[in-house]
Formats: sequence, structure tokens, C-alpha cells
Amino acid sequence: MNDQANPSSAERAAKLQGMGSSRKRVEDARFTQGKGNYVDDIKLPGMLFGDFARSSHAHARIVSINKEAALAVPGVIAILTAEDLKPLNLHYMPTLAGDVQAVLADEKVLFQNQEVAFVVAEDRYAAADAVELVEIEYEALPVVVDPFTAMDADAPVLREDIADKMEGAHGTRNHHNHIFYWQAGDKEGTDKAMAEAEVVVEELISYPRVHPSPLETCGCVASMDKVNGKLTIWGTFQAPHAVRTVASLITTIPEHNIRIISPDIGGGFGNKVGVYPGYICAAVASIVTGVPVKWVEDKIENLTSTAFARDYHMTGKIAATNEGKITGLACHVLADHGAFDACADPTQFPAGFFSICTGSYDIPVAHCGVDGVYTNKAPGGVAYRCSFRVTEAAYMLERMIDVLALKLGMDPAELRLKNFITKDQFPYTSALGWEYDSGDYHTAMEQAMKTVDYEKLRKEQAANRAAFTAGETRSLMGIGVAFFTEIVGAGPVKNCDILGLGMFDSCEIRIHPTGSAIARLGTISQGQGHATTFAQILATEIGLPAEDITVEEGDTDTAPYGLGTYGSRSTPVAGAATAMAGRKIRAKAQMIAAYLLEVHDDDVEWDVDRFQVKGNPEKFKTMKELAFAAYNQAIPGLEPGLEAVSYYDPPNMTYPYGAYICVVDVDVDTGVVDTRRFYALDDCGTRINPMIIEGQVHGGLTEALAIAMGQEIAYDEMGNVKGGSLMDYYIPTAVETPEWETDFTVTPSPHHPIGAKGVGESPNVGGVPAFSNAVNNAFAHFGLTHTQMPHDHWRVWKTAEKLGLTG
Amino acid sequence: MIPGSFDYHRPDSIEAAIGLLASLGDEARVVAGGHSLIPMMKLRMATPEHLVDLQDITSLRGITINGAEISIGAMTTQAELIASDQLAAVCPILGLAAAQIADPQVRNMGTIGGNIANGDPGNDMPALMQALDAVYILQGPEGRRDVAARDFYEAAYFTALEEGEILTAARFSAPPSGHGHAYEKQKRKIGDYATAAAAVVLTVENNSCQTAAIALTNVGDTPLYAEEASQILRGSNLDKKTITAAANAAKAITDPAEDGRGPANFRTHIAGIMVMRAIEKAIERAK
Ligand SMILES: Cc1cc2nc3c(=O)[nH]c(=O)nc-3n(C[C@H](O)[C@H](O)[C@H](O)COP(=O)(O)OP(=O)(O)OC[C@H]3O[C@@H](n4cnc5c(N)ncnc54)[C@H](O)[C@@H]3O)c2cc1C
Repeated sequence: MNDQANPSSAERAAKLQGMGSSRKRVEDARFTQGKGNYVDDIKLPGMLFGDFARSSHAHARIVSINKEAALAVPGVIAILTAEDLKPLNLHYMPTLAGDVQAVLADEKVLFQNQEVAFVVAEDRYAAADAVELVEIEYEALPVVVDPFTAMDADAPVLREDIADKMEGAHGTRNHHNHIFYWQAGDKEGTDKAMAEAEVVVEELISYPRVHPSPLETCGCVASMDKVNGKLTIWGTFQAPHAVRTVASLITTIPEHNIRIISPDIGGGFGNKVGVYPGYICAAVASIVTGVPVKWVEDKIENLTSTAFARDYHMTGKIAATNEGKITGLACHVLADHGAFDACADPTQFPAGFFSICTGSYDIPVAHCGVDGVYTNKAPGGVAYRCSFRVTEAAYMLERMIDVLALKLGMDPAELRLKNFITKDQFPYTSALGWEYDSGDYHTAMEQAMKTVDYEKLRKEQAANRAAFTAGETRSLMGIGVAFFTEIVGAGPVKNCDILGLGMFDSCEIRIHPTGSAIARLGTISQGQGHATTFAQILATEIGLPAEDITVEEGDTDTAPYGLGTYGSRSTPVAGAATAMAGRKIRAKAQMIAAYLLEVHDDDVEWDVDRFQVKGNPEKFKTMKELAFAAYNQAIPGLEPGLEAVSYYDPPNMTYPYGAYICVVDVDVDTGVVDTRRFYALDDCGTRINPMIIEGQVHGGLTEALAIAMGQEIAYDEMGNVKGGSLMDYYIPTAVETPEWETDFTVTPSPHHPIGAKGVGESPNVGGVPAFSNAVNNAFAHFGLTHTQMPHDHWRVWKTAEKLGLTG
Repeated sequence: MIPGSFDYHRPDSIEAAIGLLASLGDEARVVAGGHSLIPMMKLRMATPEHLVDLQDITSLRGITINGAEISIGAMTTQAELIASDQLAAVCPILGLAAAQIADPQVRNMGTIGGNIANGDPGNDMPALMQALDAVYILQGPEGRRDVAARDFYEAAYFTALEEGEILTAARFSAPPSGHGHAYEKQKRKIGDYATAAAAVVLTVENNSCQTAAIALTNVGDTPLYAEEASQILRGSNLDKKTITAAANAAKAITDPAEDGRGPANFRTHIAGIMVMRAIEKAIERAK
């Protein structure tokens, strides 16, 4: 017999490049050749350009707007202000958080760089010239920059439009600058645990305002076809279907007459989830003019006006025994939402999934409360590679665990090991109500500690500290340990919706007669490599080679409805839909196979890429043959064709986790922190494409480095954005980025069809506390409990100075 | 991030360029590598109506070494400074400092002339030129004048360059062979200007410092030549105490602004640290 002709199951499986294969990214062929097609690459005949005149003030009444000089610029077609949008009732738009946001400033401006007038011109140069010439006269108003003073009795009223509306989208507002109070857990029980505890630690942990700053900024091209009444918008949308529904609700254009297309997207990280004034203005301008209108923001506009992230000021409190057993956790958060509440959290969760803040530990009782406030800053509050405030929660908790360790004189890793939820406690219900699907934290932590030789590192640190004290070195070694539990895959429709849109996702598959396929999904890749990985899921599920499967996303006229890509939800939700749709294909193929092989349905079994007769594997039909038969052979009782669609409403979230260890050297004379080593162990359940997982981890850790070490969107006391350009905003290059060591364990999700949990955000969630803990740990022996991020040169030096280590 | 409109001119000789500047008047600016000017135009902090591009003037390019005399044409790129073995042999600090400017893309375009004529206190080459006691050759409608780098800078973006003049070259004598040198720069990341930086050139004989020159970047509204600090080193045995005294003298002349890199006192402190480290490194390199 010829082996070559009869490849084994394993050989056939390898050929498919299905799940588990480090298949090369199919997207890269076009991206690496500069052949991607981004929003700004779209050029339509007659297309006009829009550009904003923006507010120079953080809080001011608009006295007058004079468009005359701007309108005189050759090529300028029109200039829109709030007055022009009012008759259309479009001067305000709904935010994803149940608030409204001014599309163009109505009577007053509430943050610097707020959109005031929209110039439409024949080219972007004329538009930019005209923007300079729009004369806006302001009357300055007192500014609220510090969220801690936003609810002072005499604080100025920021939102006059809702000043008398004390019932907000998330309950009662108890001050004119208050947005909501949201809480979870057992307040009384937690207070009691604190009162009775042997040890209590408390610390204000601030997570500064940062910005995802994707490589490509936000933008769109809106094109109204006045003949057929159809509005098409190409845009940088992370959730195209949601945009279509919201656009239909806002404009009253019927939903079938709106087509939303997300072309290639140059990174999103949450920045492209929200709805921005530019989209509305471009659409209005196109509806009015009947020609396409493009709006693309520049980097400064992106950093200063489209969605920021974090700005959470968290007072954490942990109760514990003298032996280090945690007996309770409390946290109050002051959340700075800026001028409008434009978060993108599920409706019932105005503080996202912050209540995951008990993390990986078996904490008997907990309570958290979040107060959202308005300030004179840009709106937003999006994910930044994190599902809904998980990174804030993880940062608070992982810093607090280190603070507790210091207080107890215990090793931070040992304290974590002592309090982990144990393997046999899963599925585990946390004190704040989440049901963790699966995990084995001890194994992960021990593997991490063993790989980096944790004990040796601590010995080396002891020697370094002695040398520092003896004046032999000016460098301090810091070791940061972080262990995080993520909550991703929003989510079960019963408790997760955005503006009433249930957060399921979808996949539709068509198998072509010759045995290749196209799959369309409700998600949209922004660099995650969906075209690669979703084809791999299908390859394994339906036995066709991944390279013969096209994955298409982002066009609402062709893709099935879905809620899009953010919050690490694509694999947990759309990935599941893909597997389920694939199984429907296989179920029909099984019937066809049984007919062709002349046996009963139950007498054939699946083997990699074929159905074979049980006990007689020589008799088989490959998926390719079955596809052809499905279309071209009359099968009694079956419709022709081979297609399937699945809408997947996940039964639960998934809970990826990881153990990260970071080693830094801090130069106390300059404040420079050098990352000597960073080890990241991730457990994201079943691994679809290990290479892509590593890429995601590398990218997320680089963002974590950026956030921990330098990123901040800061404001001065006048509400001016400080350093809102890439001159100052810290985007590390390859030079600043250390080498990442990645590792993994595999604990599949029991409720997910393929056991995958999602990984995109984990490194950001776990990386930030690992870096911050390392910097804090470098100074811990001098009594430092906590120093705020970012750990830039100046702040680190200042910490050293305060501790008397400089000079 | 879109500049105002402007006309573009591309002369092929120094004379033609000077002629254009004279006829176009004060709305004309020369553009060299464009890596300071064009970002400013995109931010509309500069709105010239005419750009006179110097790229085609070949006589402005190149490094000439004649014995100890070094002349660097204004249009010589930072990348060319790094690549020149000849220069590395007689005055290595130039290439080493150029390598600390931005990234390869910027250095492939950015010129030494643009860097020193720009007048931005964040530019790295001016302090280096002051430490080397370079002279700038300026050519204008009235002919040529030479201005010492130590006298050239007046305030941020204000220099001794008169309207209509072009800086054609920087000239200096190579420090004696065996000299020590260092350019120490603290920055937040690649592509960032200095929090503070220090250039040090010195010579040592029998453990005694013979010559020394120290200059500072980005801790005032001009580059700062630190004469007193340099003086402290000269004739000393370069021990720890002397180095600290020199650093303190250098710190005393700084007057940095607060910016994203930190408040003034931090930047002054870093200037002191950079001076100390640059002196130590220069001593190590001295033979
Ligand atoms: C991201 C980035 C990071 C940077 N980081 C640094 C850094 O860390 N350190 C640093 O030193 N620089 C830095 N730069 C600036 C860079 O080095 C510039 O190239 C340099 O400052 C100017 O040189 P240029 O040839 O590009 O001049 P241009 O930008 O063309 O001109 C600058 C100014 O000088 C004038 N000018 C140019 N040539 C002449 C001449 N021959 N005679 C008279 N006037 C002239 C112009 O009119 C203009 O006013 C950075 C630039 C960028 C974009």
C-alpha cells in the first residue's frame, strides 16, 4: 500500500491549518505592501472634505460665531453650527451610555477642542484654511478640572442642558455635576469585615486619563445617494451594525437604507467604538449636498477629543488576618467622565465590569461603589484594550495586594498564593456576583515563579539593596508581580446590551460547490487577524483547509448582525458563533455522506476532513466531495446547497487569567526605569493560533509599558490639554520596548464551544500593575506604599527625592 | 495638521538662493531637511508664503577635513555625520551626538545647517558646536560673515542670522588627538528632545585636565556654553569633588521651562547629572 496516497489523520489535520496552528496572517500580504484600504484611502467622485473649528476654551459661553471670512475662502461650500443642526434635531446625539453629547457646541463649550463649527470644502486644504478663519467669540466660565471638586456645593453647573434632569440613565443624580452612583456587593458585611479585621490597608490608587491612540485616527466618508435614498458610510467603526441601528434611530432613515462599511482599520483599542460628531456632521453634510463628504481627524484631534480611557480614582481597602488571609475588600471610585458620559459600557453596567475587582482571590465579602462626575474634559471612558473597566479594577486590586504584603511583611507572591481561588472551587461565584468559568491559578503562578527563578531574583534584590545602602550603586532593583483575572466576551444578552442592542454575535457560512467557503461575521478586525483565526476555527470544524476559506467582515449589507469587536469579545462570542455555524454545516454534510455511502446517518463518523463509515474507514466522503454533492446531486429529503448561520448568545462570560512578573532597575539620580525582564504567562483557554496570541500579548504589553511609564492626557488648571500631541504623549518605540517572554497554560472554558476565552486585552490588564508594582517595589524597603502612575522620569525621581535618596 | 498655502522655489546655487530671498522678502524661508520647519508649518506656528529649498545646492553639502580644520556644509545630513569614518577619526563626538537625534528617518533628511540655524533650544547640535567652539559661515546679500556658535543664539528662535542670510557651513578645529568627549542626553523616548543634555570635550595629561569645554542643551531658551563649569575643570585633577563643582556651576546657568518632561527644578537637576556623566565618560575616553 502506498502511504503517500493515504495520509494519516494527523497529516490531514496539519494540512488544514486549523486550530492550534501558528498559521501566518493572511492579512499581512496586503498590509506589508501598503495595499490596505483604510477610510482615508477611499476617494469618491465629487467628494468634499469636512474639518472642525474647535473650542480654545475648556468652559465658555459662545457669544457669537462669525463665518464670513471663512466662507470667503475659495472652495468652501458650507459651514455648519449648532444653529443649523437644531431644526433637524441633530445638535445633540445619544451617547452609548444613555447621555447626550453636543454634536456642535450649543451655546457653550464644555472642553477644550470641542467641535464648534464644521467646515465643508472642496479639498482638505481649503477646509483647514477656513477653520482658521471661523471667528468664535467666547465668554470664559469657571472651569472644573479636578474631579474631586466637581461635586463641591459651589461648583459651576457644567451641563445646563440637563441641569433640571436629576434622574439620569443610571439612577438619581445627587449634584448637578453628578452622573450616577453605581454599586455592587454587601456594604454592611464589608464594613463589618473591616471593623473586625486584624489588619486593614487603605490607599488612593489613581489611574490617570490615557488615550488608546491607534495608528489610524477616526474618520468616515458619508455618501447620500439622493436617487435611491440610500446613505452609505465608510468609517472607522468597531461595531458597524450598532452604528447602523443608531444612525437609523437618529436620522429616521429606515435601517435598510443605511449601509455601514468598516474597511481596514488601523487599530481601535476602544477608541473607535463611540459615535463622534464628525460622523454625524459628515452624514448631514452629504445629505444636504448630495455628494460624498469625508472627515478624518488628525492626531491632535484624536488625542484631545475622541474617546479617552481610565481617569478612575480608586480608594481601595483590604481587610486581612495577621497571617495574610484576606477577609474583605472595599473600593470607592471617583470616575471622571469629562463633559458628556460617552462610555461604551453595557447599559446595566455604567462602571463596566469594575466589580471583577475581587480578582483572582477568594474574598468572602466585598463592596464597590462608583460615582461618575462631569468635568471640563473630553468625553469618552472607553476600553483601551480592556473590557469595560477591568484594567482599572485589576490595577487597583493588584496594587492593593502589594500594599497589604508590605504591611504584613510578606512576600507579594506568597500572599497571592495564599488567597487564590483554588482549582476545585470552579465554577466559582465571586462576592460581587460573577461566575468564573474555569481556572487553575496556583499552577500558573508556580510555573511563572519557577521559570523566572523568583527566589533567586529576591535574593539578588536583597544584595542590591545592601549595595545601595552601602553607597556602591545608585540603582534599585524592583520586582513586580501581578496576577489578573479578566472577564471578557460580553455577553449574555440577558444582562448585556448597549443602548438596548443585545450583545450576541454571529457568523454566516456558505460552502462553495468546489469545496471552498466564505464566512461572514458581525465583528470587525482592527489588527487582530480575524481573517486568519476564524478560518482556522472553521477549518477544524468543517474540514476544509483554512486557506480555502475567506473571512469577510464589516459590511452591514452582507454581514450578519453583530455587536462588533471590542472588549476581547470576538473570539468568545463570534468565534463561538463560527464554530456553531460550522457544526450546522457538518450536520447537513453528515446526512449527505450517509446517503452517498448508503448507510444510516448514525453509521458515519467525522474524521478531520471527512465522514467515514464506522469501522470501515476506507469508505469515506471528504468534505470537498460532500460540498459538490450538496449542490449538484439530488439528495432525497434535503434542500440543495450548503450554508449555515448562527447567532450566538453566550451563556456566560469567559475568564482568562495570567501571571506576570517584571524586573526593573531604577536609576534614582535620573528617574529612568529600565525593564530588565518581563515574563507573561497567559491562560486564554484553547489556543487557536499561538503566533497570533503572542503577537497580541506583545502588543498589549507594549501598551501596558506605555501606560505605566509615560502616558497621560493631563490638563492644566484652565482646562488646557497639556501635551496633546505625539511630541509628548508617550508611544514607546522598539528601542524603549523590552523583550517579552511569553508562556502559557491551557484551561479551556467549559461553556464555550471550542473552549477559547479571548486574549487581546489580558496583557494590558495584567501588564500595567506588573510594571507599576515593580517600580513601587524598588522603593518598598524605604516604606513607600504607593506612587501614582505614570512612572515617568520626573515622578520616579521625585519619589526618590521624597524618600531622601537623592542629592 | 495642514499647512497654509505657499510657493516653492528650488535654486541651484547659493547666489540664486540669496537672490530669491532678497526678492521675495520676509515672507520667504529657506527649507533644508524640513524636519523642524514642516512640522511647525503643519501646526501653523510658521506660515511662510515662500519656501526656498536648498536641496539642489551641491556646494552646501559635504564634510571637508584639512589637517585639524573641519568644515561641514550646511546641507550635510545628520545621517552623513554618523556615516563619516573620516569625521569619526578626528572628532567622533559629532557622529555620536547625531545618533542621539530622533530616528533614522529624521536623520536621513535633517541637516546640520537646519539644526543649528533653527534656534530651537531643543536642538542637539548647537551645544555641541559651542563646546567645539565652532564658527558659522553666514552668506547674505552683503557678503560673508563669520559668527561664533557661542555668540549666535539670542533667544528661542532668535539668532544672529539676519534676514536674507543663509548659513553655509560650520567650521571648527578638531580637538587634539586623544581628547575625551561625550554627549549625554536624557530623553523620554526615541524622537524626543532632551530633558537635559550636556556636551563635554576635554584633554587630560598626567591626570591633569588641560582643556575643557562644557555646553548644555534644552535647559534655557538658548543652548548654553558653561564657561565657569569648564574653567573649574581646567587645571584640576578631575576628582569627584571637582566634577561635582563643575556640575553645580553648570546648573547655576540653567533656566529651563516646565514642560511634559518635568518642572524646572527637575530639568536643572538632570542637567547636573548629565554634566557629571559626560565628564566621567569623557575622562574614560581620554588617552
Ligand atoms: C520626530 C522628530 C524628532 C526630532 N528630535 C530631535 C532631537 O532630539 N534633537 C534635535 O536636535 N533635533 C530633532 N529633530 C529636528 C531635526 O533634527 C531637524 O531635522 C533639524 O532641527 C532641522 O534640520 P532641517 O534640515 O530639517 O531644517 P529645516 O526644518 O528645513 O529648517 C529649520 C529652520 O532652519 C532654517 N534653515 C535651515 N537651513 C538653513 C540654512 N542653511 N541657513 C539658514 N537657515 C536655515 C529654516 O528656515 C528653518 O527656520 C526632530 C525632528 C522630528 C521630526
